Amino acid sequence: MTYIARKVVLFVLTLWAAITLNFILPRLMPGSPVDAALANIASTGTVITPAEKQVVEDQLGVPHGSLLSEYWTYLNNTAHLRFGISYSFPTQSVAHTILEALPWTLILVGVATVLAFVIGTSLGVLAGWRRGRRSDTAITLSATTLSSFPPFWLGLLLLFALAYKLRWFPLGGGFNDGASPSWSIPFILDAIRHSVLPALTLTVTSLAGWVFGMRNNMINILGEDYITFAEANGLRGRTIATMYAARNALLPNITVFGLALGGVIGGAVLVEGIFSYPGIGSLLFIAVTNRDFPLMQAIFLVITVSMLVCIFIVDLLYVRLDPRIRR
Amino acid sequence: MIATGTSPIPPGETVAPATGAASLPGPLRGAVRVFATLWRNRKARLGLLVLGVIVFVAIFAPLLAPYSPTSTSFTPYLGPSGTHFFGTTGQGQDVFSQMLYGTRISLLVGLSAGLLATLAAMIIGLVAGYLSGAVDVTLSFVTNLALVIPSLPLIIILAAYIPSRSVWTIVLVVAVTGWATGARVIRSQTSTLRSRDFVTAAVFSGERLPRIVFREILPNMTSLVAASFFGAATFAVMAEASLEFLGLGNPSTISWGTILYSAQTNNALLTGQWVVILAPGLAIALLALSFTLVNFGVDALSNPRLRERS
Repeated sequence: MTYIARKVVLFVLTLWAAITLNFILPRLMPGSPVDAALANIASTGTVITPAEKQVVEDQLGVPHGSLLSEYWTYLNNTAHLRFGISYSFPTQSVAHTILEALPWTLILVGVATVLAFVIGTSLGVLAGWRRGRRSDTAITLSATTLSSFPPFWLGLLLLFALAYKLRWFPLGGGFNDGASPSWSIPFILDAIRHSVLPALTLTVTSLAGWVFGMRNNMINILGEDYITFAEANGLRGRTIATMYAARNALLPNITVFGLALGGVIGGAVLVEGIFSYPGIGSLLFIAVTNRDFPLMQAIFLVITVSMLVCIFIVDLLYVRLDPRIRR
Repeated sequence: MIATGTSPIPPGETVAPATGAASLPGPLRGAVRVFATLWRNRKARLGLLVLGVIVFVAIFAPLLAPYSPTSTSFTPYLGPSGTHFFGTTGQGQDVFSQMLYGTRISLLVGLSAGLLATLAAMIIGLVAGYLSGAVDVTLSFVTNLALVIPSLPLIIILAAYIPSRSVWTIVLVVAVTGWATGARVIRSQTSTLRSRDFVTAAVFSGERLPRIVFREILPNMTSLVAASFFGAATFAVMAEASLEFLGLGNPSTISWGTILYSAQTNNALLTGQWVVILAPGLAIALLALSFTLVNFGVDALSNPRLRERS
């Protein structure tokens, strides 16, 4: 099988397994998530139509026949994005609530991941090249320290210092109250101003993985014969580090991109919650505090599927970068 | 690279730990040797020192704490002072005493979830790596699946579904999600070791499977097992704090996570009680940092290229 065919098969299999896991989890749990969810929704005074009740039951597991037919209904509902209604946002469908929040998170997490990749990788090249020197120690120690901070805690501190005390940034939200999302310049600038602190938090706490991955790759590659050869030829150190070592050290680091994204998404759940950023993370934060199971389940599915898609795209891009694996 | 213990000792270092430990029983001697090798690495030494202080605080918390952590007899919302180093909570508890007692929970969760996850990683990795074919394919698929599913959201979902709120729920949930990285590394190392001569020799001499896997192959992976332990423990400490901060922990246990949670629900930052937020976060970071620093030394055990030049 070619590399691409193998990746496609693996992607489809993983996707199926993740969707199935989402079916099994609430059914394995003690207690009845369905009753809790329905009771919660009823407590808001919302009238639940039989169809909506049915969907909630199908997704979270009340036996309506054999497990197999239940599974089939679940798959069908999921394929049509029917996740029922939720306690936290009873006036609109779960799918609608999530779709509204998704772009915010995609942009925030995307920007933070790319920034962390660029900064972390550059620092890793430097640390690997200057191994054992003072700059290496400084970089590794500060990256380790930063990655040890719980992202939500760092977010709280930044919020307190830069937004509450110094008033450089807004206290939370994704845009000014009263503004409505649009693609106009003032709105985008406003949105950027609101996203600086959450993005900074996520970038800083996810730097370390890139630094260490790149540093280790650099150290391994600097021991290769062609580096010695380049040195013997009298090439400048900077040329060797960037053009010879870093280019080759970068390749294995790119495969980690998808996995690193998972870490950032995890951090984003709590960080978005703290900054009341209008993304998926805040939604999950709300869903968990409200024990809002239909919303929770759908968010988990969306997060997992987005991650799988990202990893799949990185795998495909990797073929372009490293022709050796096409065979 | 199998370098545990047999590594050449850098010039200028003493060989004392190895000779001094010769009279001890086997596994203990191994532990002493690992410790000695870790101690030689500067970052790992710093990590071991910090970890030592934290363990000390956890053990002697009742002696060190000035007050009972649950006593609500003080004025609430006090700022830091000579009598209350970190101030008091909204319920009138002494935060400093709570911090000292909280060390126990964080350490307990970190170590036990790390241990459970490592055990799972070891079993799955060894079995998948040693047995080829369908078993390996299935286990590897499950491992890769566990790797790509974002773990913090999964932990949050699991903890939200489970009605019981105890520290052990958190340990279990974290262990269930934290084993995959270790399992993958151990699997690939096992599959390269499997075809080595000493394993073939053991097979031909009629050793049984468990003995081959656990007595012949496993001892060559001490550093990988240790690395996945400290990795999983770091992850566990962070995950516990996150869960408790979300309110998914048991609010009546006193841990760094629950201190943060009640500080946040009491709007500690807005009332100027920033120490109540700062202290538990720093403590969590310090514990996680010490695990990671120790892991630097562990990495150097298995990869001589990463070893520090002294």
